[in-house]
Order: sequence, then structure tokens, then C-alpha cells
Amino acid sequence: MSEPKSTTVEVRLPTKMGYEKVAMSTASAVAKLMGFPEARIEDLKTAVAEACINAIEHGNRLNEKLSVGVVLQAGTDTLEVKVIDDGTGIRKQPAKPDIDRKMHGEEGPRGMGMFLIQALVDEAEWVAGGEGKSSYVRLVIRLDKEAE
Amino acid sequence: MESVTKAHVDQLKSPSGYPVAILRFGGDIASTSREAVLGTYEALPRETTKLILLDFTGVDYINSSGIALVIQLLIQAANAGQTVCAFGLSAHFTKVFTMVGITKYARLFPNQAEALAAL
Repeated sequence: MSEPKSTTVEVRLPTKMGYEKVAMSTASAVAKLMGFPEARIEDLKTAVAEACINAIEHGNRLNEKLSVGVVLQAGTDTLEVKVIDDGTGIRKQPAKPDIDRKMHGEEGPRGMGMFLIQALVDEAEWVAGGEGKSSYVRLVIRLDKEAE
Repeated sequence: MESVTKAHVDQLKSPSGYPVAILRFGGDIASTSREAVLGTYEALPRETTKLILLDFTGVDYINSSGIALVIQLLIQAANAGQTVCAFGLSAHFTKVFTMVGITKYARLFPNQAEALAAL
């Protein structure tokens, strides 16, 4: 039995805010080639952008000597995206953002990136790298999921 | 590749005759947009500005840091007794704003005419 075919695309980003848009464009192009509907491509772009921003800001701590790896693996009906940084990974998931608490100053206005990632893709997992390096977030978006 | 946010203010009247400040944004809304978003809002005269519309028609990209700036604007507006609504968001960002709960504090409209009519 032959393995399902998959295609891999890799991008290496500098640790500079704004370069997440390169990963967004690449993910968008791959998803279009796979036939994803426009609404799901928009979901993917936001999730990939937030993953890259986290990698740049928190993983690599804005250290411009480091880079962020983005690996897209396109299967027959699934697109997997890994965003890899040189951080130690996250210790625990932050609480779901609460707009009422934010509006009343009980919670900072930021801290929505991971929530958006989880809400917009079909799977999201954060993996801490061995010896505190090469941590990654793995996102999966499926072609059969209907656009909302 | 610094993101650039454009912002300017138009002063209009609603069909009911109320003065409305429209903050029109363009480009990206990200962490570098603080001055464009909050600076533009804070330059509005507080005593006379009670109704504010945020126009996202020209915005290409909003990330979570940009959303946080919008929330900071809403906090300041709530404390000043101002009403804020928004229009011109794409279907995707309408969904994102709804997901994070912004719609509890700022009604979203598809376009300027519908937003003005609701004020």
C-alpha cells in the first residue's frame, strides 16, 4: 500500500515583527493550490500570523540573530503547519481571554493570539523542544471542514 | 517590513443630526499602530465627541496586537461615556472581532451608511 502523497514547503523568517506576513502569504498560496475555500484560507492566515508573532516575540524574544522556521506539509486533504523557534516552549496554556475582564482592567488587553489560533484551525498543539530549544506549534487545517 | 497604519478623522452628522467622529484606518493594524489608533482617538475633543465610528474599510491586516489596541480604545471610550461602533470589516475580521467579544462593546455594521443610520 503506497503512502499518501504530501508536499513540503519551508520558509525561514527573520526574527522581526512584520515578517509573519511572508508566512501568511506562503500558507495562503499553498492552501489555494489545495483548493481550500477563501474563508478557511483567511482563518489559516490569521492562525499562522499569530503563531509566527508568538515565535518572534516570545520564542526568540526578538533576538534578530535567530530565525523562525515555518514548515508546511500539504497532504491530500490536510495542511499541517509547524512554526519553530528557539524558545523553551510554553509552560501552560493561558486562560481564555475575557472581554469583560479586559474592559474592566482586570486582565491586560493583549493575550489573544493562542486563543485565536485554537479557534481558527482544526488542531493546534504546542510542543516544547528538547534541551529548551526548537519548540514549535503545530497547526492542522482540514479541507473537508465547511467554511463557517 | 514595518507595518504602516494610516489614520484620519472625518466629522459628520448622523441622519438624526448627532455629530459623529469617524476614525478611518488603512493599511495594517498591529503592534506598531499605537499612535495611529490610540493617538488619533486621544486627539479627539472629549467634551464634544460622544459618537465614534471606526472605519476599517481600508484595513488589510489586523493581528492580535492590533485588536488589543482597539480594545484599549474601547476602554478609554467607555470611561469617557462615548459610544463606539465600527464598520467596513471583512467577513473574516467580523468573525474574529465577534470571537474575542468586541461586539459586546462596539456594534459592527457592514458600511458607513448603516452605521450612521443606527446612531
